[in-house]
Amino acid sequence: MAIEQLAPDDARGRAALVRRETVRLVGVAKSGHYTSVFSCAELLGVLYSGVLRLSEDPDWEERDRLILSKGHCAVGVYPLLAERGYIAEEVLDEYTRLGNPLGDHPDMRRVAGVDFSSGSLGHGLSIGTGMAQAAKLRGFEDTRVYVLLGDQELNEGQIWEAAQTAAAFGLGNLCAIVDRNGMGLDGTTEETMPIEPIAARFAAFGWEVEELDGHDVDAVREAFERYRADAPARPRCLVANTVKGKGISWMEGSRTWHLGYLAPADAATAMEELDADA
Amino acid sequence: MRELPTPPPVELKDPDSWDMAVSYRLAESFVAGEELAAIADADERIVVLTADLKYSNRTVEFEQRHPERFFNVGIAEQNMVTMAAGMATFGLVPYVATFASFVGLLAAEQLRTDLAYPGLPVRVLAHHAGISLGFYGTSHHATEDLGVLRSIAGMTVVCPCDAASLRAALRQTVDEPGPVYFRLGRGRDPDVYAARLAADPGAFAVGRIATLREGGDLTIVANGLTVAASLAAAERLAAEDGVEATVLDAHTVRPFDAATLCAAAERTGAVLVAEEHNVYGGVASACADALVDAGVRARFSRLGMPADEYALIGPPTHLYKHYRLDADGVTDAARELLRRPGDPQGAMR
Repeated sequence: MAIEQLAPDDARGRAALVRRETVRLVGVAKSGHYTSVFSCAELLGVLYSGVLRLSEDPDWEERDRLILSKGHCAVGVYPLLAERGYIAEEVLDEYTRLGNPLGDHPDMRRVAGVDFSSGSLGHGLSIGTGMAQAAKLRGFEDTRVYVLLGDQELNEGQIWEAAQTAAAFGLGNLCAIVDRNGMGLDGTTEETMPIEPIAARFAAFGWEVEELDGHDVDAVREAFERYRADAPARPRCLVANTVKGKGISWMEGSRTWHLGYLAPADAATAMEELDADA
Repeated sequence: MRELPTPPPVELKDPDSWDMAVSYRLAESFVAGEELAAIADADERIVVLTADLKYSNRTVEFEQRHPERFFNVGIAEQNMVTMAAGMATFGLVPYVATFASFVGLLAAEQLRTDLAYPGLPVRVLAHHAGISLGFYGTSHHATEDLGVLRSIAGMTVVCPCDAASLRAALRQTVDEPGPVYFRLGRGRDPDVYAARLAADPGAFAVGRIATLREGGDLTIVANGLTVAASLAAAERLAAEDGVEATVLDAHTVRPFDAATLCAAAERTGAVLVAEEHNVYGGVASACADALVDAGVRARFSRLGMPADEYALIGPPTHLYKHYRLDADGVTDAARELLRRPGDPQGAMR
């Protein structure tokens, strides 16, 4: 299926693309993550609409990096990589089929535009910390490293090992984004294992912190622009308040649609609601 | 921050007294910091990370020469391994150093998922492996790491037994595209290779078993600590029993040099494996796999940490004696193996 070409700054269009393609591709796989993608659709849409410094060559050394620490949102990122031309459309259409490079979690060796293989939660901020340090050593002054974190993922101890290191090393070229959708698999973050106060925790670790509405495209864009303009001396954390399942009414805040499959008739209903919002 | 007291200088009266500065000097075979510093003079890709152990593993010698390329991440081993992976994607070649127990076991998932799966050129200096930390106890021992590392696709696992072979192993693997796990001892390891490597630079080659002694009656497969012990045992067997042993240093556990082992096993008909690791999962298992896969029949015996025991408390040398990982132990185990009846069908001698 042909991926529509969007204007370079059309973040809303890309967020819509993320949601529609997620419904379509999970339909191909007959199993996948819906709600965790929908919560970060605007974040991804803005990042790929001029925030990330990328080139036609996906391996350009000085490009910005985006680490999907919550690797299970990959199905929402593949369409954006296809739109950029990094993934062939016929490959996208065969998502998760035997031998296809695209799995539920992203593989940097199989997929151009994936900056690191992820899936095991808690690793991404360490990857980003190493990359940010390496970018400084290499003299890549314009390179920024973005790490998209889940909120329940913050239970992982390694996140805080990395947080202390990034602050101690003064890695202002590192920006963490917490997709604060309020839920893990078993229920709300606060009933499963509380993680608040997220902003205060990162601040206590020596990070600069901003909170924002993760579905407000303008607010998200401004936060990223502010981050680049400030060129801070310390790492920055953007806590994006989001809704798990955002965009499909009966998935918003759902405890059961973290994983699932919409068969064609129900996928069509979901698409109708997405199209109505667009 | 709270002011810390500055202790007054002390004059110690007894030469047996020691502090960490003395211990640091004794770890003479920990030459990685020094060797990497020299390599890094001409190779900008080299960076070194440690987890609050720069004196114990002497990576401080790298820091002194290349402070801008040295990173102490504190006591956070998983973060250290994963950070190194991120650094490697920028064209750097990171070396991470800490106790084997805290990287080969504690950070094993990071080794697999962040280094081996993406195939990144990160090198792990896993020191004080086995039971070399003695009465510090099981928390500080690594007698299972080879079992874990050996089953990780794309991982190279090398166990240099002394300073000279460590230097050689570091030099030979600088451009290795994937990750390398160097399993090291306690830094006070007896010399085996200095003269051998001076005479023949090929005497230690990563990926190839080193044949350190040749004999037709028995093959002793050694690794790390047991290399020197096995050589001493072989001399004793020759002098006291008239038994001539082949001694192999199976330093590269992954990929494993099956051909050299199988040839020696066929020639001698008896294989004794001695290693500072649980008898399952490590070098003995690698040897057994190789022999079975090749259909080579030989009497076979393993010397190592007993299958279902954690080490007693004791000084390292006492533990080695207790677990028969010293020259006496290897000699006795060889005699036991040779007393065992051969193949009932007469195929073996």
